[in-house]
Amino acid sequence: MTEETRGIGRLLLSPAVGLLFIWMIVPLGMTIYFSSLHYNLLNPGTEQFVGLENYTYFLTDPAFLASLRNTLVLVGSVLVLTIGLGTLVALLLDQAVVGRSIVRLMVIAPFFVMPTVSALVWKNLLMHPVSGLLAYVAKSFGLTPIDWFAEVPLLAVILIVAWQWLPFATLILLTALQSLDEEQKEAAEMDGANALSSFVYVTLPHLARPITVVILIETIFLLTVFAEIFVTTGGGPGLATTNIAFLIYSQALIQYDVGTASAGGMVAVVIANILAFFLVRIVGRNLEA
Amino acid sequence: MKHRLGAIAGAISLFAAIPCFAQTTLTIATVNNGDMIRMQGLTGAFTAKNPDISVKWVTLEENVLRQRVTTDIATKGGQFDILTIGTYEVPIWAKQNWLVALDKLPADYDTGDLLPRIRDAASANGKLYAAPFYGESSMIMYRTDLFEKAGLKMPESPTWDFVVDSAKKLTDKSAGVYGICLRGKAGWGENIAFLTAMSNSFGARWFDEKWQPQFNTPEWKKTLTTYLDIMKVAGPPGASSNGFNENLALFNAGKCGMWIDATVAASFVTNPKDSKVADRVGFALAPNTGLGKNANWLWAWNLAIPAGSKKVDAAEKFIAWATGKDYIQLVASKDGWANVPPGTRTSLYQNPEYLKAAPFAKLTLASIDSADPNHPTVKPVPYVGVQYAAIPEFQGLGTTVGQQFSAALAGTTTADAALAAAQSSVEREMKRAGYIK
Repeated sequence: MTEETRGIGRLLLSPAVGLLFIWMIVPLGMTIYFSSLHYNLLNPGTEQFVGLENYTYFLTDPAFLASLRNTLVLVGSVLVLTIGLGTLVALLLDQAVVGRSIVRLMVIAPFFVMPTVSALVWKNLLMHPVSGLLAYVAKSFGLTPIDWFAEVPLLAVILIVAWQWLPFATLILLTALQSLDEEQKEAAEMDGANALSSFVYVTLPHLARPITVVILIETIFLLTVFAEIFVTTGGGPGLATTNIAFLIYSQALIQYDVGTASAGGMVAVVIANILAFFLVRIVGRNLEA
Repeated sequence: MKHRLGAIAGAISLFAAIPCFAQTTLTIATVNNGDMIRMQGLTGAFTAKNPDISVKWVTLEENVLRQRVTTDIATKGGQFDILTIGTYEVPIWAKQNWLVALDKLPADYDTGDLLPRIRDAASANGKLYAAPFYGESSMIMYRTDLFEKAGLKMPESPTWDFVVDSAKKLTDKSAGVYGICLRGKAGWGENIAFLTAMSNSFGARWFDEKWQPQFNTPEWKKTLTTYLDIMKVAGPPGASSNGFNENLALFNAGKCGMWIDATVAASFVTNPKDSKVADRVGFALAPNTGLGKNANWLWAWNLAIPAGSKKVDAAEKFIAWATGKDYIQLVASKDGWANVPPGTRTSLYQNPEYLKAAPFAKLTLASIDSADPNHPTVKPVPYVGVQYAAIPEFQGLGTTVGQQFSAALAGTTTADAALAAAQSSVEREMKRAGYIK
């Protein structure tokens, strides 16, 4: 590649890159600008520059720490559940069984259900303490049905979200498994490895990369889980299921406090970047290895 | 050839544009409840009389409607020509000069016929800013058969002691009958609407005259502990996520001995098509503690015109039609008297046909009459509104406090902790908003 063609290449790329940059910087700039204003939609005419007041207000809100904790618990548990179960399901689906293609399709299906719809189904048809399927099962065993969204609200949300993201993890891990060299497994078998040690020493190392990819992509989306919480618990009871995304929503559209919501948005950006920084480093190391 | 085609297309579009010029299209944002859906179905009757006006509906769920309409009007978006707003918004928005005062309604509209409480709630500084489409209060709906079986007799205006006591007696959990069903779902329009109205009857208030929050007072403690106690002993499971619709379903399925909620529910629970217990429902005023206030609220959905609208005349015509006397006649002739929008006009409650079709009419009217948005509490307050305080911050405050009370009902926190958390978060918010120095 000559100096000239490189220059032309840059020139041709620049409109696309510029557009992407504007796409990113304009909303970000506006958010930063709004976050420095006292701006409540319901009190127009009181907008004024307040510096960092919105940030201190947002960060000292007792709801902030609770929602940060909920966000981390939610992301962490869903990651563990989806990757743990996803690996097992992928292993199962990797076996030659009758009707494998249909089973695969059904396993993937939850991913195509809209979050609001699946949350409604879980809330009203499965987890409802009076009319839900789980309550019916519990009653038929003579147990008291669990009132999921009152007694263990965060767990209930985690289960719903994990159910939605399980297919994604399964899919990625399954394709990875299929690319695993059969000869490697055979060789391990000939060396006398049983199923468990063949899994630990051959399959798992092979899955390390796809697992980091799953972690990275899921984390990005799980940090902003909203629909499931909005539909099922509305962030409650108390603050039990309020995550950062939901807290910002309530600032913006329940309290109409644009300033604080923007400050919250910036805080979320910072948190996401901190997480991304560590994740990219871990993943990067894994991808290079 | 190309040029000529273009010229023809231009000419056609010019002609096509001419009839559109005289046509006014009203975009109406409204809420997705039964009465509003019915109104949409009857729009043809209006456009037939006013061929120069066409109507476009944007129908939304209550919370979404509120968000869309509020952000639109606050940012002067101008998406809508007519807004459906609650009595909570009217005084706030009127003060911001966001609404057009409805002082040019035709004479036969007869604003004097509007129920005084409802008219007050839709007015600010003596001017009507929104036209009530339907109005409601809250009252007790109870099962006459269960009361008879338990040997109890519901007075017309019961006390809380009586209600608590009978709720416990009516409860038969093995038969799936719960003495009382009340709202528990968090939200300023859900559990807070009920609990604020309830607190009024216990002599509590949200703020004192200097806007200091009052959740640390014994009156609020009495309110919340009574509520939690009765719901624990006599309430249905999962109550902390029950709102209006969930309780309606429970009551209609025969699972509730009593239900204190919106008066409009009376027509649903007595409708044999939906309710298993339609012929066994009695009504009573919401309970009190003898302090002079009952635990009932006051609410109306109103139609209003945003300030700055260029279609005020057409919009006013539509509002006069939709909330006028003739509309009630129209609904009565098409769907029967039991389905007319209730709670807005005195004449409706003097109409013998309506009184015959609606056995709950008398108590609905008595409930509406006894809820005074201008003097909602036993002690004086600086705000207007029975089950809310009409200040912009209330939605956020009510939702935060509602979460705390809902958590107390779910058992994840105690009454004392919930009240303390409510007090400190409301104090924080009121300081920030500049009410408290």
